[in-house]
Amino acid sequence: MHEYSLVEALLRRVEEEARQRNATAVHGLKVSLGELAGVEPELFRTAYETFREGTLCEKATLEIVRCPAIYVCPSCGKSFARGEVLRCERCARPARMDEKSDALLLESIDMEVP
Amino acid sequence: MCTTCGCGDSELVPVELHEKILAGNDRAAAHNREHFRESGVLALNIMGSPGSGKTALLEATARVMKGARLGAVSADLATDNDARRLQKAGIPSKAITTGQACHLDAELVHRSLHDFPWRELDVFFIENVGNLVCPAIYDLGQEANVVVLSVTEGEDKPLKYPVMFQKADLVLVTKCDLVPHLDVNMGEIEDALSRVMPDPKILKLSARTGEGMDAWRAWLETMRGRVPDGRPAESHVHAHEHEHEHEHTGALPSFEGERDHGHGDHNHDHGHGGSGHDHSR
Repeated sequence: MHEYSLVEALLRRVEEEARQRNATAVHGLKVSLGELAGVEPELFRTAYETFREGTLCEKATLEIVRCPAIYVCPSCGKSFARGEVLRCERCARPARMDEKSDALLLESIDMEVP
Repeated sequence: MCTTCGCGDSELVPVELHEKILAGNDRAAAHNREHFRESGVLALNIMGSPGSGKTALLEATARVMKGARLGAVSADLATDNDARRLQKAGIPSKAITTGQACHLDAELVHRSLHDFPWRELDVFFIENVGNLVCPAIYDLGQEANVVVLSVTEGEDKPLKYPVMFQKADLVLVTKCDLVPHLDVNMGEIEDALSRVMPDPKILKLSARTGEGMDAWRAWLETMRGRVPDGRPAESHVHAHEHEHEHEHTGALPSFEGERDHGHGDHNHDHGHGGSGHDHSR
């Protein structure tokens, strides 16, 4: 249930950014969650709904962009299907994980500024 | 001001950040890592299911590395049992009771360092909460992640918890002495790991019989050798004040002669007893 502590960190960061910019309200947030981020998007959303009450994000929508796990061979570019052995037999090299695969990112905030 | 009609209402602006949600934890972890490296301490994050044998592994490690300076912090939701077991096994230990938290974070580890003589160590084990999910995403400042997987857990554990195994620098398959009594297929465990880890490093051992402990010890020594000696640390500026006052006494016998400090070809005194190594900060 670390989704709750992640949302706490997220809200703290948003409030900090909003204060710096003297924002009066936050309308929306966009986050990217990679398939290998170890975060369950639905739990993340539930945690957000719970924690946003009484914060600047009280009325802010949460957009979650899900990023699939992508593994490719660093030599020939072959991509690996889910469940496949993560090694390119032809090139004899271990697959490389695309960096978005474990993304846990605050992408942007829509805020109202005076 | 509103740009549509100039009415003086506030304006909606998009702020692009693209930053890690765990950026705060990552900063704390980087700080811990700097501490460990500057003191030449190999810090390892030991993760695995409850009951996978993390504590037993460390107890057995103490038995095969008698000369090395080992230390541990042990995280548990409610008890300090593991820390007491380790203490009894001769590993100076401290409990971190996490309460409801299912994982350690870098800040908790940092706080645990304040009254623990971690700088005197060759290897500092951070025994995480028994959990195959949450601990994986929190960087603690460790040099490597070690995931403990016991043969009693089922061959498909790696497929069920890909995030944890994907983060592992080393997987220790434990309780191997039980294999003859179980319907477990070691090949299937290795196969499952190869589908979630591009370049799996696996060691099989039994803390109980000592089988495989030599390879684990060799891995520890290799990793320890890779940690920059870092003494004295001249470039590091502390962001805060710790009470760090001690003299390094150098490596213990089991590490002597096996460490490559990366010091090039200059002559390095391993005794550390001489001048220049007493760096009170």
